[in-house]
Amino acid sequence: MSAATARLEFRAVTRRFGRAEATVTAVEAVSLAVGDGEVVSLIGPSGCGKSTLLNIAAGLYPPSEGEAYVDRVRVTGPNRQVAFMLQKDLLLPWRSIRENVEFGLEIHGVAAAERRPRAAALLARMHLADCADRYPHQLSGGMRQRAALARTLAVDPSVLLLDEPFSALDAQTKMVLQQDLAQTLRDTRKTAFFITHDLVEAVTLSDRVLVMSRRPGRIIEEIPIALPDRDRPLERRRQPALGDYVARLMALLDVVHAEV
Amino acid sequence: MAARREDRITGSAGGSLALLVVFLAVWEWVPALFEVPAFIIPPASAVWDEFVRMLAKDRLIHHTLVTTATVLVGFALGALLGMVVGYLLGMSPRAEFVLSPYILALQIAPKVAFAPLFIMWFGYTVYPKILVAVLIVFFPVMVNVLGALRSVDPDLVNLARAFTATRAQVFWRIEFPASMPPLFSGLRIGATLAVIGVVVGELVGGNTGLGYLLVFGEGQANTAMVFVTIILLTVIGIIAYVAVIALERWVLHYMPSRSLETV
Repeated sequence: MSAATARLEFRAVTRRFGRAEATVTAVEAVSLAVGDGEVVSLIGPSGCGKSTLLNIAAGLYPPSEGEAYVDRVRVTGPNRQVAFMLQKDLLLPWRSIRENVEFGLEIHGVAAAERRPRAAALLARMHLADCADRYPHQLSGGMRQRAALARTLAVDPSVLLLDEPFSALDAQTKMVLQQDLAQTLRDTRKTAFFITHDLVEAVTLSDRVLVMSRRPGRIIEEIPIALPDRDRPLERRRQPALGDYVARLMALLDVVHAEV
Repeated sequence: MAARREDRITGSAGGSLALLVVFLAVWEWVPALFEVPAFIIPPASAVWDEFVRMLAKDRLIHHTLVTTATVLVGFALGALLGMVVGYLLGMSPRAEFVLSPYILALQIAPKVAFAPLFIMWFGYTVYPKILVAVLIVFFPVMVNVLGALRSVDPDLVNLARAFTATRAQVFWRIEFPASMPPLFSGLRIGATLAVIGVVVGELVGGNTGLGYLLVFGEGQANTAMVFVTIILLTVIGIIAYVAVIALERWVLHYMPSRSLETV
């Protein structure tokens, strides 16, 4: 991936937490680039600093060393080019689903007349048109995550930062949402940086998978996924070669000997 | 389902009403059976007669309105002050750290003990009563608001920040609405405490309000008058509480109804 076309780029990013003797290095010298329209997954053991990278990309805190770039602009704080989505849906309970989807647009100062049609279109795409006026507690976990995805897409970001967005869902709901996400990413030609623990999910959704080491987190391997149907994970799941990728990732992560 | 639920509510309302009739009957006749004198427990009918007499002779409506108005003003000011201080301290952890021992001390201090002091300061006016109510309502509201701001999910704040929200936007769109349920728990407590604050103020000094009638009735050994006053004070407390609940239901309409049911 050449840096010239990168939507998201980390250059030698190190992040330490704490002060003086008590510092913990979360990530160390991480360099990576995600190209336009590319979906890159990041896997690694728990606590290896995956979410730290995501927060740095979102501009929530700065790297201790190195730089992050979004659309070739150095990230110095929160910016409108990225939008993130977490395992928790983070829907505001006092807002209807429609108002939740409009939340980011509202913060960006988009007028109500413009917000409405954008939210309506995304709600329809996420099969939530009938739930627009309901409140989050009235929806199932899968529907709530769809609403969170709609809210993420509503601000039309260059890069989607996804931090285990489906890990709290049951297996079937998860597969359906993966399919929806993949198709949406294709249709909108979005770039995504995807953090997950689920090796199959990483392989079925991504163009490339990056593997991180235990803390301090470093990128130890990059695996291009040479499988068809990136936009149809349900199809990709059936590829016999998928098992080989998963096996290789298991070996890299040393799953058998991992501390649980 | 809905019909059955309604039946159940009608059924329990009927039960409550029947219990009230039984209670009134026991109150009317049982003390006499055990030869309890009327100056200890006057029968229900005597309390009713006293109520009618007080309406005509003792300006009962005037005193009730004075107490009600004082409760309202004290509650409103105390709640407002509690909210303002709660939100300010909530947004400034440093100020909270500096002030917390004093807040704790004031919170432990029995607020009604300030009543004589306030009367010394402001005389036999309405102000000491309002002040006791303000002081007593202030703490549960402030503490709940502060606790609510402390327990806002930091990921929600980060979500707003990642969308480039300003500090003011984070407050008005995340922290303030998130603090509503605990704020209303504080207001519910405050609504009943406000009545206590005002009554204690009136008991200690003054010549208006139900608290004054309470002392007056005691001085006259008029037990029925004391009963009437206690009942009216309870009614004021109930109205204040129900008003807060109604407001809470309206503001927190988005909450699952179950979480609002338990009083």
